[in-house]
Amino acid sequence: MNGFMAILKRDLHLASRQGMDNMMVVMFFVIAVVLFPFGVGPEPNILARIAAGVIMVAALLASMLSLERLFQTDYEDGSLELLSLSPIALEVVVLAKITAHWLTTGLPLIIAAPLLAVLLNMNSEGFPMLIVALLLGTPSLSLIGAVGAALILGSRRGGVLLALLILPLYIPVLIFGVSAIDAVIGGFEANAQLLILGGFLMGAFALCPWAAAAGVRQAIE
Amino acid sequence: MSTFSGQNLMCVRGERTVFTGLDFNLDAGGALVLIGPNGSGKSSLLRLMSGLLPPASGTLAWEGESISEDPEAHGGRLHYVGHYDAVKAVLSVTENVSFWASLRNAQADTDAALEAFGIAHLSDVPGRFLSAGQKRRVNLARILAAPAPLWLLDEPTTALDKETIAALEATIARHRQGGGMVVISTHSDMNLEHYDVLDLADFALGQGEMARAS
Repeated sequence: MNGFMAILKRDLHLASRQGMDNMMVVMFFVIAVVLFPFGVGPEPNILARIAAGVIMVAALLASMLSLERLFQTDYEDGSLELLSLSPIALEVVVLAKITAHWLTTGLPLIIAAPLLAVLLNMNSEGFPMLIVALLLGTPSLSLIGAVGAALILGSRRGGVLLALLILPLYIPVLIFGVSAIDAVIGGFEANAQLLILGGFLMGAFALCPWAAAAGVRQAIE
Repeated sequence: MSTFSGQNLMCVRGERTVFTGLDFNLDAGGALVLIGPNGSGKSSLLRLMSGLLPPASGTLAWEGESISEDPEAHGGRLHYVGHYDAVKAVLSVTENVSFWASLRNAQADTDAALEAFGIAHLSDVPGRFLSAGQKRRVNLARILAAPAPLWLLDEPTTALDKETIAALEATIARHRQGGGMVVISTHSDMNLEHYDVLDLADFALGQGEMARAS
């Protein structure tokens, strides 16, 4: 546990010293969402109809943006080798790095999301559910993304490859996240969708650290 | 008495057999110097010893127990200095060294470690302003800050000046007096007391064997 906290603290420390990197992810999220009113026209009904989907898709893309660097910088300067040679299990190291990624990317997105929902004229009844869906969904994105980030280590132009590898795996989060928000706006219960999102998160939590650690081991061999 | 040994080790990189049939044995306080031409497998052997790279065949054992049984325990008793120095550009020298020590739950004596390699005056300087030699010193201070019985040093003298090489030799001598072991690959002569030499060229695939293998 001490090792987990030490790595988490270090990664947050590194992220805070390179503050612009994380700001850029949030800026990307905002700009991507803001483009839609220009594209589909400023008709409030249309925007309200597509708001949940647009915000979720933009959140997926934004959280992917910083994934490439999740292991890459540590891989390049030799830190990843040393981390894998520490007395701490590599799975725990990976989980600490994923947690740091979520805290520096997922959490700011969740904070920015309601603002964008207002911009897109989303029905205000959906706001709490938007937050809940993102709270359950974004950790899954970081977990799944870590597997992709580990697999692309050492490859050139890994960024595009990473997108091709993990975007299809993000589809369940997208479907059930948007569906939960739409259900609440339509006056229905969203328990089923939330249970599926939660189950997906639990599954990702159980499997992804192991898969990502295996990928990292392969890369540093 | 702790011992570290390898039996009948074979290393394959890509499709090429780097070395085969390699044995070594290291007792507490011992030193093993790896020599051999470029590409003879000095770095690969050190990576094998660290557990970063699994051997194609053969076993590595610590006190008779295979290191693959418990890789984390093996990681906890060794320090590896590779080609990269793992110095974070935005962290200060002290932060860099104390992070690695904190992973080992050690009562880290960061200041003494920095002092030993003459970088105490740089303790607040961020990693990106360090020269190659200074980064290497930070990396060496890292292994001194948290004690571990086995040191695996891959060309540790790269980019170091004469004074620091002497400091490194003194550090290694102290480490061995305390029962520590060290394995060093080197091209330059280091001043060590009674050490064993392992010439990797002796374990390359011979011409005859090469023909049989292909």
